[in-house]
Amino acid sequence: MPRGDVLGEVAGAAVSLVGLEKRFDTVGAVRGVSLEIQSGEFLTLLGPSGSGKTTALMMIAGFEQPTAGDIAIDGNSVVAIPPYRRNIGMVFQNYALFPHLTVAENIGFPLKQRGVDRAERNRQVAESLAMVRLSGYEGRYPRQLSGGQQQRVALARAMVFRPRLLLMDEPLGALDKQLRESLQIEIRRLHAELGITFVYVTHDQEEALTMSDRIAVMNEGAVAQLGAPEDLYNRPVSRFVASFIGESNFLPGIVRGTENGFVVADCSGTIVRAVLSGNPRQGDEVLLSVRPERLRFANIASDKAGENCIGATVTDAVFAGERCRYLLQGDGGVPLVLKEPSGLAARRAPGAAVEIAWAASDTITV
Amino acid sequence: MTTLAESGIATAGRQPKLPTAPLGPLLLVAPLVLYLLVFYALPVAAMLMRSVTDPHWTLANYARLPADPVFLRVLSTTLTTAAVVTIGTMVLGYPVALAMVRARPVVTNVILAVVLLPFWTSVLVRSYAWMVLLGRHGLINEALTAAGLIETPLRLLNTALATHIAMIHILLPYAILPLASVLRQIDGALLRAAAGLGANPWRVFRQIVLPLSLPGVAAGMLLVFVLSLGFYITPALVGGPRDTMLSMLIAQQVDLLNWPYAAALSATLLAVALALIGLTLRLPTLRQALRGVRR
Repeated sequence: MPRGDVLGEVAGAAVSLVGLEKRFDTVGAVRGVSLEIQSGEFLTLLGPSGSGKTTALMMIAGFEQPTAGDIAIDGNSVVAIPPYRRNIGMVFQNYALFPHLTVAENIGFPLKQRGVDRAERNRQVAESLAMVRLSGYEGRYPRQLSGGQQQRVALARAMVFRPRLLLMDEPLGALDKQLRESLQIEIRRLHAELGITFVYVTHDQEEALTMSDRIAVMNEGAVAQLGAPEDLYNRPVSRFVASFIGESNFLPGIVRGTENGFVVADCSGTIVRAVLSGNPRQGDEVLLSVRPERLRFANIASDKAGENCIGATVTDAVFAGERCRYLLQGDGGVPLVLKEPSGLAARRAPGAAVEIAWAASDTITV
Repeated sequence: MTTLAESGIATAGRQPKLPTAPLGPLLLVAPLVLYLLVFYALPVAAMLMRSVTDPHWTLANYARLPADPVFLRVLSTTLTTAAVVTIGTMVLGYPVALAMVRARPVVTNVILAVVLLPFWTSVLVRSYAWMVLLGRHGLINEALTAAGLIETPLRLLNTALATHIAMIHILLPYAILPLASVLRQIDGALLRAAAGLGANPWRVFRQIVLPLSLPGVAAGMLLVFVLSLGFYITPALVGGPRDTMLSMLIAQQVDLLNWPYAAALSATLLAVALALIGLTLRLPTLRQALRGVRR
């Protein structure tokens, strides 16, 4: 390993971002991001385009200089270290394979920069190609490979020099759905095998949910919520997170009071209970949220304890393979979406009057 | 209903294409082809024919060439000048092209303007400008004398050096523009990837930028070399009396009304240029570079 190598020899690197900021001219792309990325974890920066996720990643890699704040790897600030001495693996959306070099030369590139001799280079290239299941492709040029194969070569190239931190910028963005899913599994497998830290950037919430240990949801240059996929899905803290990750129904209401850990609210005439959070007072405006798949049609007017219930009219019924998706108009005018497995019961026609029920414990305030 | 829906899908799936008659493209280029044929190809052919038909069918005009010491010296001067000018424009032009591509848009435009400004000035004007600069009592000699660096003026004008300097200046845009165009096409992600993988700026240049820019280098070199071969005004004005270029020799022969020999010389010049173009396109490094870059 060359001098200036900021990472040691063990496991994954721990990365901490402290008050990280990046302004382009006067526009803030990243506005005060603080994150502790743990050694060996798979952390995803998830957000819409323009949320600052890629800029944050580029600052970790060293391609962008922070306007303020600090980036530390294993406790040592790397802000002043140029990218070529940070020893971080990086995978780009458009693969960024060198078109004039063969697959073997591409993967051998980081080793060559580190003064590894040819024989050793060939050995490690072969090993790393085997890891991404592309043995025998050494002599091909990138343009002779499919998109999926190119991205696997890019992965092999980013890992061959055994970095302790691997950054990925929408690596599967240019691939079709099936290929994306098989590569998601492959990347998860590599993460498990290598035990190094992965920082993954995507705008695809499904990808983030299936792959990550933790997700940092980013919006307008800041972290909107940080947590495990299930936490984010079940307990989004804001309307943005609730609507960005999965689909959500939103019911605006006025607080009537609290009882047994639930907040009771009046949503245009319907009483709805939701899991209590914070300290709502009577008369406060609240926004309640529930996932479409937690709603169900109630055949009889069920008024079980802990159930919310609302009358509605079906406005549209959409068959979507494994699921059926209903667009509804709730009493009081609130639009609702309900999803149920398509095998269930008879399809309800648009115009039908229905009763909808769901558990109060599935309802949250955002 | 069904047929309507089906036909709708079928049209949506098809690539929309401009309606083209089989002869469409041919007709579009016909005027230019005709123009070139009448005013360029035919005169050139007639001139070349003259080298083998005047006064009767003969190869004597060509047979004379290898034995003519003047021709051999002029050919060697022409090739040497072209080579020096080509190398000079590349060495000076590459960094400029690189700066043009790397700089902020405002700076890029300024550089482009500076590169192109002389390009829009007549070769004659620029050659005279060099005479003013390089002359015995020109700006450079006066400045050096005033600075006390020299006592007697240097002989700059009417030397091979003057030809090289002036030609490099005139031909620089032809080197810079193809280079910049190729350099601009290099994906910035490749440079970031290389840096991220541990290559310092010099290595990024040496291992990524330079090899990927080879098609531009080859295109620029070819352009400059071929243009240099036919240079006439500049070497005639600023060059030395012994540094006759092929085009000047041709002009001399025309002045002497020795049309067949002038035609043979012209044919030789044309053949050298064509041979070079052919050779360059077969260059293994260029082909490899093109193979790698082409999608």
